[in-house]
Amino acid sequence: MSIVQKIKHYAWIVIQYFSLIFFSFVALLPIVSCVITAFKTEEEYQTTNVMTMPENWFNFDNFIEAFQKADMGRAFINSTIILIFVVAGSVMIGSMLAYVLNRFKFPGNGLIRSLFLFATLLPGIAMQVSTYQLMYRLHLINSLLGYIVLSMGTDVIAIYIFIQFFENISTSLDESAYIDGASYMTIFFKILFPLLKPAVVTVMILKGVGTYNEYYNASLYLSSPELKTVALSLYTFVGPLGSKYNLICAGVIISLIPALIVFLLFQKQIYSGLTSGAVKG
Amino acid sequence: MTRTTPFNLRKWLRGRKGQQAIIIVLFMAVPLALLLTFTYFPFAEMFKFSFYKMKYVGEREFIGLKNYIDVFKRDDCFQALWLSVYYMCGAVVQLALALYLAAILSFKVKGGNFFKGCMFFPYLINGIAIGFIFKFFYTRGFVFDTVLQWFGFELENLPYWLKDTSINNVSLVATSVWKYFGNNMVLFIGAMMSVDNELYEAAMLDGANKWQQFKYIMLPSIKTIVMLNLIMSITGSLSAFEPPFVIMSGGANGTATYFVKMHEIAHTSQKVGLASAMAIILLLIIFAATVLQKLFFKYVFKDGEDEDVNAAKRREKKLAREKARLKRRG
Repeated sequence: MSIVQKIKHYAWIVIQYFSLIFFSFVALLPIVSCVITAFKTEEEYQTTNVMTMPENWFNFDNFIEAFQKADMGRAFINSTIILIFVVAGSVMIGSMLAYVLNRFKFPGNGLIRSLFLFATLLPGIAMQVSTYQLMYRLHLINSLLGYIVLSMGTDVIAIYIFIQFFENISTSLDESAYIDGASYMTIFFKILFPLLKPAVVTVMILKGVGTYNEYYNASLYLSSPELKTVALSLYTFVGPLGSKYNLICAGVIISLIPALIVFLLFQKQIYSGLTSGAVKG
Repeated sequence: MTRTTPFNLRKWLRGRKGQQAIIIVLFMAVPLALLLTFTYFPFAEMFKFSFYKMKYVGEREFIGLKNYIDVFKRDDCFQALWLSVYYMCGAVVQLALALYLAAILSFKVKGGNFFKGCMFFPYLINGIAIGFIFKFFYTRGFVFDTVLQWFGFELENLPYWLKDTSINNVSLVATSVWKYFGNNMVLFIGAMMSVDNELYEAAMLDGANKWQQFKYIMLPSIKTIVMLNLIMSITGSLSAFEPPFVIMSGGANGTATYFVKMHEIAHTSQKVGLASAMAIILLLIIFAATVLQKLFFKYVFKDGEDEDVNAAKRREKKLAREKARLKRRG
């Protein structure tokens, strides 16, 4: 390598690492500053700069107070119930629909596919005007059931992930099972569904994180206090508590922990799931 | 003469065709019912509402196209759409940044996975938490101001990031870039990784530098996904909602985007008809934009669609050309 090349080589390395460190810092700064503040006592929060480290990193008082004030115990139970049903429902509905659409030719197959595709173009928030009326008439406002059904009914991405996955499973498998006398029900549940495992994991994670973080529909349809989800419970801090950021930050951090755990455990699946969901076009 | 056997329903149901029909109906009933109930029925209802003067409860009055005319006439509705220009600019910055960082991370770097994780994590944070985080972040004298002071800025010269109407929309767009750039980056890395590693090795052996590798091997292979993301972010910009809604508590200080305005008209003022007309107009705009972009995509980037089949061939050709060029230079 000539000297010029060497300089170029090292300059590029410096630029690379500088960019990575800088943008990681940008990404983490808002969160880290929140963590710092969450550990501060009231007095520290009032007197020190926000970026000054707290004196005691084991001061969990804010977390305890935030957890109680926002009734987050209740909220975690609600979120868990919603998650279980929405995720299980989406996996079942999505995989069954994908099976039928992928394996059988029947009139209307194309039409149904386009119906689901077109639905992705309709922005959910825009439709709330009439969805709210519908939910009102069905007596599904302020009911966990209503919110669960609504969340399952407006999911399309799961279906695409499953259809993609089915395309890679050979039909000869179904064929030989059918010849051996298995019913379509058996073929789906006993043979194909177990093979879908990677897709199921992907859908569970993506749908799970999405449902856990959803707040717009939840704020419309789960407004009574005992039905609040974790994201919604943070609304407790709007109003009189609105300037007690040591408390608010603690609440925010608590609400992030489940997402963080899932992220640390399933990083690879999240990345590949997003990638496979995005290429559908 | 053949005798046609009379149609026997029971036999048909037990046969292959019948079994298929049963399973099709059985497996599709629930998803289709949900789709029709919670997507297409509200859509049709909303279309109907847009011709009425109405609230959620009480009398309705048919007023024809008046709602649609009002959307254009009132200066708070259609005007709000101009704010999406900010979000479109943000989207372009976001994609460029994502592309740059993805390119860096797709080469071997120490701690690559750690950096990737840091930059991706904001995508997993719930909207309300983001609202609080950035209210805190931008407060006068708090996080952002402090960090800028580290770099030598004077507090007196800094604007109020969320109050000052000349800058607050930029502040909000920045939060949206912050949330989504890591997600775009992961998608781009995924596409870049799908390129055969041997191509890079071959290029490296032949003396192609990093920039040449990026330009001739990487870029062609990710053109489709970059275009796709560009299309989606333009559509997304038109329906920008979250930053002003959660950070500015519903779009104060001139930050109310079209959707935020619509939410307010629908739920605070309860002008359901007007809000429905707004929604339909935006849908038409999004639809037109999507079709235009698809056409653009088709004619300008003709080869975009059959990327997978031809891209490798083209890449090899370009690579060969590049090799020849390098050889000539000695």
